[in-house]
Amino acid sequence: MSQELTLSELPTIHGAMAEFDTPEELLHAGERAFAAGYRRMDAYAPMPVAGLAETIGYRRNKVAFCVLIGGICGAMFGFGLLEWMTVVAYAHNVGGRPLNSWPAYIPITFECMILFASLTALVSMLAMNGLPKPYHPVFNVPAFDHASIDKFFLCIESSDPKFRVEDTLQFLRDTGAKEVNVVPA
Amino acid sequence: MATPENPNSDQEPIIPDPGQDEILGPGHNYATVTERIGGVVYTPWKRWPGKWWIGAVISFGFVNLLMLAMYVLFFHGIGVWGVNIPIGWGFAIINFVWWIGIGHAGTLISAILFLLKQDWRTSINRFSEAMTLFAVACAGMFPILHLGRPWLAYWLFPYPNSMWLWPQPRSPLEWDVFAVSTYGTVSLVFWYVGLIPDLASMRDSAPHLWQQRIFGLLSLGWRGSAIHWSRYQKAYLLLAGLSTPLVLSVHTIVSFDFAISIIPGWHTTIFPPYFVAGAIYSGFAMVLTLIIPLRSWYNLRDLITLRHIEAASKVMLGTGLIVAYGYSMEAFFAWYSGDKYESFMYWNRMTGPYAFTYWLLILCNIALPQALWSKRVRHNIGIVWVISIVVNIGMWLERFEIVVTSLTRDFVPSSWGTYIPTKWDWATYTGTLGFFMLLIFLFVRMLPSISIFEVREVVHHQSHPKEALQERQ
Repeated sequence: MSQELTLSELPTIHGAMAEFDTPEELLHAGERAFAAGYRRMDAYAPMPVAGLAETIGYRRNKVAFCVLIGGICGAMFGFGLLEWMTVVAYAHNVGGRPLNSWPAYIPITFECMILFASLTALVSMLAMNGLPKPYHPVFNVPAFDHASIDKFFLCIESSDPKFRVEDTLQFLRDTGAKEVNVVPA
Repeated sequence: MATPENPNSDQEPIIPDPGQDEILGPGHNYATVTERIGGVVYTPWKRWPGKWWIGAVISFGFVNLLMLAMYVLFFHGIGVWGVNIPIGWGFAIINFVWWIGIGHAGTLISAILFLLKQDWRTSINRFSEAMTLFAVACAGMFPILHLGRPWLAYWLFPYPNSMWLWPQPRSPLEWDVFAVSTYGTVSLVFWYVGLIPDLASMRDSAPHLWQQRIFGLLSLGWRGSAIHWSRYQKAYLLLAGLSTPLVLSVHTIVSFDFAISIIPGWHTTIFPPYFVAGAIYSGFAMVLTLIIPLRSWYNLRDLITLRHIEAASKVMLGTGLIVAYGYSMEAFFAWYSGDKYESFMYWNRMTGPYAFTYWLLILCNIALPQALWSKRVRHNIGIVWVISIVVNIGMWLERFEIVVTSLTRDFVPSSWGTYIPTKWDWATYTGTLGFFMLLIFLFVRMLPSISIFEVREVVHHQSHPKEALQERQ
C-alpha cells in the first residue's frame, strides 16, 4: 500500500533511483515517468543522450542567450576601452592620424568579444548547473559510481508532489529498471 | 611500430589497428573505453614504458637548458642573441610564429571539425587541444623574452598607471597582445570544459583515494545529469563556434605584424590566408609527429587508427598545397608588380646569402609532402611520421626566410646586414622544444589523453548505425 511521507521522514530521502544498461531504456523510462505526471526528476548518463533532457521536461536552455550578452558586453568593453584610451585619456597625435581611428580598433574589439563570450559560456554553464558541487545525495547510491562510466540512471525526487516512496519504487521497477534504490538525502 | 620493449606485451597482446575505415577497434563497450583510456593514467609507474622515461628525461634536460638560456639572457640582456639593427626580429619572432602555428591545428581539430561533424576527430581532439595549450605557452615566451626587460611585460596591457600612459592600439603588435592572450585563455577554457565529464569518470574509476580526491576536485562534482549535459553541449558548441573565427583571427593578426609594415616581402595582402593555411599545415604535422609514437607506446592502435592518420595526412596535403599557392603568388607578384624592391627581394631569397633556406623550404614544404598523394605512402606509418617531421622543419624555415631575408636586404644597401643566430638563440629554441615535449609527456601520464565520453558516443553510434545516421542529418 502507498504510504504518505511524514514530515520527519521527508528530508531523509532525496528520491528513488532506477538503474538501466542502455540509453534507450533510460529514454523510455523518462518518457513514461513524465507521462505518469512526475516532474521533479533527473536522468544521469555517462555521455550526452540526444533528447533525454527534453524527455524529462527540460525546455529552456539559456546558455546561448548568456553567451550573446557576454559577447556584446565584450565588444562594447573592447571598443569603449580603446576609444577612451586614444581619444580621452591619452589623446596623442601620431603622424597626424585622427584620434578616433576606429578601423584600427576592430581586431582588439573582436578579440574582447570572443574572450568575454567564451568565459561567459564556461561560467554560465557551470553556474546554471550549480557546479562546483562536490556533494550531492545521488552519490549516496553505491552503484552511482557507474553513472560516469557505463550505466544510466533515472532519479525521481522526493520533492515531486506525486512522490510516494513505495509507489514510485514500484513504478520504476515497472519501467524495466535493472535495479531500484532509495536515495538517502 | 610495434616493438618488443612494449611493457604491456607480457600482460596483453599488441592490439591491432582496425584499418583505414574504422575510427574504433571492435569489441568496445562503454566500460572498456573508460578502462583503456583511464588505464594509461592509472598504470603503476614501474610499468610505464621505458621510452616514456627516456623521452621525459631528455625533455627535462632541455628544460634546464632553457632555464640556463633565460638566466644568461636576463643577466646580460638580448645582446647574447644574434639580433641587432637592421635585424631586430630574429629567432624570437620566428619561433613565436612557428609555435603559434602549431597550436592552430589543435583548435582546428577540436572546433572546426566538431562543427563539421567529422567523427574521426573524437579520439585525437583532447590531445591536440593540449598540444595547442603547450604550443601557445612556448610561443608566448618569445615576445616576452625579446622585450629586453621581461619583468615589465605587463606594460603591454592597458592598465591605469601613475604615468597615465596607455599602449598604442593602432599597432598590430598591440593587437597581438590581445589576440594571443585571448587565444591562450579560450583554448584553456575549451580544453577544460571538454575534460570535465572525463575527470568525473576518472574520479569514479580511480584505484586510490588520493586520485579520487584530485579528480573529484577537478571534476567540480560533475554527475552526468541530463539537464547538465544539455547546457554542457550548448556551451561546448558555442565555444567551438567562437574558437573557429578566433583561430583564423589570431594568425591573421600575427601575419599583420608583417603585412602592415612596409618592408619588401612583408607588405602583401596574401599574408593572412597564407599564414593561416601554413599554421594548420604545421599543426597537423605536429599532431602526426606526436600521435604516431603515442599510439604505439600505449597500445592505443584501436582508438587512434589508420583512419585518423590518413585523414590528418590528407589535411596536411591540402593545406600544403594552399601554402604552395601562397609561395607562387608571392613570386608572381614580386615580378608582376614591377616594384624593383619586391623583385629584388625575391631574387635575393632564391640566390642571396640565405638561398639555402629557400630551397630547403621548397624541398620540405612543397616537394616531399607530395608523396602523400599515394595511398601506399599514407598507409605506411613510418613514412608519414618522417614527412610530418620534414614539414615541421619546412614551416620553421619558412618563418626564418620571411623574417631574415627581408630584414637583411631592405631598401638601401647601406642598411643591409647579416643575421647569424648565436648558441643562446639555439639554446632558447631547443629549450622550448624540450618544455613542450615535457608537458606532453606529463599530460599523457596525468590526464585522459583521449576524450572518453566522446568515444562512448562513438560506441553508441556503432551499435545503432541507423539512428546515428539520422542524428547526423
